[in-house]
Amino acid sequence: MTDTRVAAAAAPSDMSEGMSYLSTLPQRVVRVYMPLVMIVIVLLFPFYWMVITAVKPKEHLLDLDKHNPYWTWSPTLEHINDLLFKTDYPLWLWNTMFIAVSATVLSLVASVFAAYAITRIRYRGAQWVGGAIFLSYLVPPSILFIPLSTVVYQYGLFDTPFALILTYPTILIPFSTWLLMGYFKTIPYELEECALIDGASRWQILTKIILPLAVPGLISASIFCLTLCWNEFIYALTFINSTENKTVPVAILSAFTDGDQYRWGSLMAGALVGSLPLVVLYAFFVEHYVSAMTGAVKE
Amino acid sequence: MFKNLGSSRNFLGLMFMLPAAAFLLLFLVYPLGLGIWLSFTDAKIGTPGQFVGLDNYEWIVGDSKFQTAVFFTIFYTVVASAIKFAIGLYLALLLNKHLPFKAIVRAVVLIPFIVPTVLSAIAFWWIFDPQFSIVSWTLRQMGLIDGNINFLGDAWNSRYSVIFANVWRGVPFIAISLLAGLQTVPPSLYEAAVLDGATPWQMFIKITYPLLTPIIAVVMTFSVLFTFTDFQLIKVLTNGGPAGATELMATMSYNTAILGGRIGEGSAISTAMVPFLLAAIMVSWFGLQRRKWQAGGTDD
Repeated sequence: MTDTRVAAAAAPSDMSEGMSYLSTLPQRVVRVYMPLVMIVIVLLFPFYWMVITAVKPKEHLLDLDKHNPYWTWSPTLEHINDLLFKTDYPLWLWNTMFIAVSATVLSLVASVFAAYAITRIRYRGAQWVGGAIFLSYLVPPSILFIPLSTVVYQYGLFDTPFALILTYPTILIPFSTWLLMGYFKTIPYELEECALIDGASRWQILTKIILPLAVPGLISASIFCLTLCWNEFIYALTFINSTENKTVPVAILSAFTDGDQYRWGSLMAGALVGSLPLVVLYAFFVEHYVSAMTGAVKE
Repeated sequence: MFKNLGSSRNFLGLMFMLPAAAFLLLFLVYPLGLGIWLSFTDAKIGTPGQFVGLDNYEWIVGDSKFQTAVFFTIFYTVVASAIKFAIGLYLALLLNKHLPFKAIVRAVVLIPFIVPTVLSAIAFWWIFDPQFSIVSWTLRQMGLIDGNINFLGDAWNSRYSVIFANVWRGVPFIAISLLAGLQTVPPSLYEAAVLDGATPWQMFIKITYPLLTPIIAVVMTFSVLFTFTDFQLIKVLTNGGPAGATELMATMSYNTAILGGRIGEGSAISTAMVPFLLAAIMVSWFGLQRRKWQAGGTDD
């Protein structure tokens, strides 16, 4: 009798832990924690290496035997200083940000309208259009960049930020439309019917009812779009020629690969500073990132 | 009549679709068609080019560089995707266990996916440095090797090195997506299986894997697609070298069309990727996808 009472008392805490009470601590250490720690170390090591290289004095970088390469006791900001004040890095960072934000805003506006039309206005052929948009998500930039470069040239956009601001949406719109369609579908149709009966127009319904309710989806879509733009390389490499218009990933590669032995410090500092804005953004919106990523996959 | 138009569903739908459709038609559909057309011409940078039929294709098929690129693209895709899938699934299963600081661990795992590929590829470039590689140094200190490993200077070493970097970049995406799938599996199934005396392996094979197949199909389709069309990693790490050993079809088309100025031949190379892509999508989609009822879902 006491046994059942004890079991009943223990039940809630067991429920919350699933079936983990079936394995002992040493078992868990070997089967779960050790492999997990190893994988996490491998996943994070390149970043650690990036950070430590960026703050090491120049003479330590190329002398692994005299100074322990894994740590430095005399961190220096000279690489980051060189980067920010002796190169065009701030300009490249600004270009990247400007292009990413503009392309994201354009794509979000277009995607909101498209997703709303496909899920709610349901015009003739809406389903087919939805499918076509998903298919366009599967068209990779690496088979488009050659013809696109001639198109960009024809439209007179070559070597301007607009070449990227107008082409990035082709990567972003399919993704964010698909994501927003999922969000819009979860908003009850009755809300819209009520508004329609009260005489609201489609525009009012969209701005006053749908968008406020889809804010989490909008945040997910926009930070994911920003990340994709920041990450984009092949278009930026092909469509931009002059140094002052380049984005960080492209500029950093051409600026510091001049054969200088000591370039590693500035390269790593550049990579670090270029990644930081995204990592900070990510730290604030982890849940939105995950839902954007898995949301697009689940549909 | 205009009022009538305004209230019509189809007209309204068309208006709402206009911005997205304009972008996709101008910068996606048109270039896609143009790319196929260009592959049948002898266009160079600055000249539109004449229709030359299948000349470009005949030329690339006979080119040994192209054959190597096709071989390595397939090798790269198959090997990297298989390893990514194995490690990603394993990591997802680990993360699905009851862990302390689970949210933080999950957030940390995803970092390689967030950081721009080019920037992390630069870090790998430094790690794979022929003289000052930290990996060589560590192995030397441990007494496992005598000389430095020539990571990017030898054909097969460089192939495995870029595959490693690709796996490193791709695992978080697969692991986190599969984790989301794992979290939808009802725990009661495992409880019932434990009561029936199932081993962990049996539970994985009979419950987890079948319920996960739909999401595995989608995730692996994307993974194969992005691996096959990869460009950034190779461009940064090896630029196709040594002697074309790590040239992918994407980097080869870039070198031919943009650096070499031979737009027609470059377009032929990138158009040649399309059938491979379709085949890869078909294999991962139909090969992996079981019927949806296994996930308890409907057929929509």
